[in-house]
Amino acid sequence: MSTFFLLTVTGLGLGAMYFLIASGLSLIYGLMGVLNFAHGAFITVGSYSTWWTSVHVFDGIHSVLLRWLLSSLLGLVFGGVFAALVELVLIRPLYTRHIEQVLVTVGLSLAFVALVTGIWGPDAKTFAVPTWLHDTTDIAGARIPNDRWIEIATAAAVLALLQLFLRKTRYGLIIRAGVENRAMVQALGIDVRKAFTLVFAIGGIAAAVAGVLSGVYFNTVSPDQGTSLLIFAFIVVVIGGLGSIGGSAVAAVAVGLAQQYTNYYASAGVGDMIVVLLLGLVLLARPRGLAGAVVGARA
Amino acid sequence: MRNRRLLSDLIWPLVVFGALAVVPKLDFSIPKLFDQPISSPGTLALLSACVLYGAFALTYDLQFGFTGLLSFGHALYIALGAYLSDIAITDWHWSFWPAIALTMGVAFVLANVLGFVSLRVGGIAFAMVTLAFAQAGAVLALKDPHHWTHGEEGLGADYTKLPQAFVGIVNTKNLYWLALGFLAVVFFLVRWAVDSSPGRVWQAIRENEQRVEVLGLRPRAYKLQAFVLSSTLAAAGGIVYMLLYNGATLAVTEPNFTLTLLLMVVIGGAGSRWGAVLGGILYTYLNDRLIAIGNSSTVQGFPHVLRTPIEQPLFLLGIAFILIVVFLPGGLAGLVVRGRTSGLRRIEAAVRPEVDPA
Repeated sequence: MSTFFLLTVTGLGLGAMYFLIASGLSLIYGLMGVLNFAHGAFITVGSYSTWWTSVHVFDGIHSVLLRWLLSSLLGLVFGGVFAALVELVLIRPLYTRHIEQVLVTVGLSLAFVALVTGIWGPDAKTFAVPTWLHDTTDIAGARIPNDRWIEIATAAAVLALLQLFLRKTRYGLIIRAGVENRAMVQALGIDVRKAFTLVFAIGGIAAAVAGVLSGVYFNTVSPDQGTSLLIFAFIVVVIGGLGSIGGSAVAAVAVGLAQQYTNYYASAGVGDMIVVLLLGLVLLARPRGLAGAVVGARA
Repeated sequence: MRNRRLLSDLIWPLVVFGALAVVPKLDFSIPKLFDQPISSPGTLALLSACVLYGAFALTYDLQFGFTGLLSFGHALYIALGAYLSDIAITDWHWSFWPAIALTMGVAFVLANVLGFVSLRVGGIAFAMVTLAFAQAGAVLALKDPHHWTHGEEGLGADYTKLPQAFVGIVNTKNLYWLALGFLAVVFFLVRWAVDSSPGRVWQAIRENEQRVEVLGLRPRAYKLQAFVLSSTLAAAGGIVYMLLYNGATLAVTEPNFTLTLLLMVVIGGAGSRWGAVLGGILYTYLNDRLIAIGNSSTVQGFPHVLRTPIEQPLFLLGIAFILIVVFLPGGLAGLVVRGRTSGLRRIEAAVRPEVDPA
């Protein structure tokens, strides 16, 4: 029972990261129809700038916690700014040319991983975090690493903030309306392009959060970490239904849990298979994903 | 008119492949382009790789450039071809031809099954689903539950079971001819398939899927044909890969492998046979040569800021790719053939995310 509880919490922690990545991907696709392959680069910008600033900028600060928080904050800023720049410089000039937008993000993701590898080497870097994050707490007989709670809480907070933003603010309204029917929003005289940059920045920040948390979860950061997380985020997005934040959240939890349970109870690696199988089943039963409105109609 | 088609469809390819076939007989060296003489095993190995990747790029172009299917999982079938033939020969001690037959049969069935499932969705979602399937294959090869693939070590082939003409450095020439022969077969097959009546439907689907549907045809069945043909050819190429590299490694299973095929096709010109082949050859050549240039003493003397990007071929090729996508959507083929809507622009309709509700 205690193992089951540990697996559940760990699965939720993993699902939390998937959600952070998938939410941005899903919003960007929903609004702009762009499959953003460069999202892996946003994750890497988040994790590497956090690691770099904590070693080179904030190295004078003695409190590990404060150093980690400050550098993480900078990591998020860099992630958001980088994402907004990508939208402005690469995506915007290719407006309405979807295939080229997708390909440009593919090229960027490959070039970016190569550049990071060139500058800091292919090896993983240790990620300095407060030691209590890696301590365990006994709950219901299970020894749960503390960082799992941080991951789950952060993802929940981001989900709540995103929903608040989408439901309560004017820009949230424009984004939701744009996902629904972009042509109509433009016809009403609203400049959707500002919303494009905005969703990219939001997606970039969320991905950078995932980057920081993946540094905590795996203890290290490496150049190709972003890409491997991104693949599962893609699966989450398709299962959840493109364009739906709620769908992404549900699918992220399902994928994270399924992966953890099967990796433990069956054998390592089977979890990844199960997730792909799950994707196949969802596609056969509901080609539009769990949340259901968007994919098929846009095929 | 008939004569012109004969010229472009038969004569030119035969002339080019014929010229490429005599390459191993050339006994001189081209100093700047190749480190060693043309007929040396080192240079021939590089040229074999170029030719094989040209063929891979062409199989990918069949579904991407000609049918409008953006797959991120093409590597799965190349990996299947390389690994399964290798496993049958090395782990199960099968003889060569039965192993090949098994590999091709499994590839055909798998392409049908996975194609059927992934073609439930179109456009970008199709890309993501094919990526997921390929990732599952990559994980399977890495984790190696049955001790067949040997995980990260890769699986060296049992050379006693291979046709002896393709074993060892002395036979590099034969391997080159094998790769070239494979490219020629793929080239003429693609030429024939694209020009057949289903092939016309594939291209029609790329341009406007709804119209094809209105004409009373079922696009999914046709897309599946193109997908299966392209994937099965890729698996056959995987077998050539296994012979060329004397085994299989995880590099062929990785999602990035498919992405590099995409880069090759787009750089050369999507939807153009010569373009895809040229893209594959050029990319593979540059990828190899840029590493050599990065290690050269001139570049090693550069300041760090300049040296780091130059030492990473994928960085330079990625940037070149972005520039081509933005400024030259027809790829290199678009430079030669003018006046047509070029490469990527023709695929646009197939990946456009929405048909705006009118």
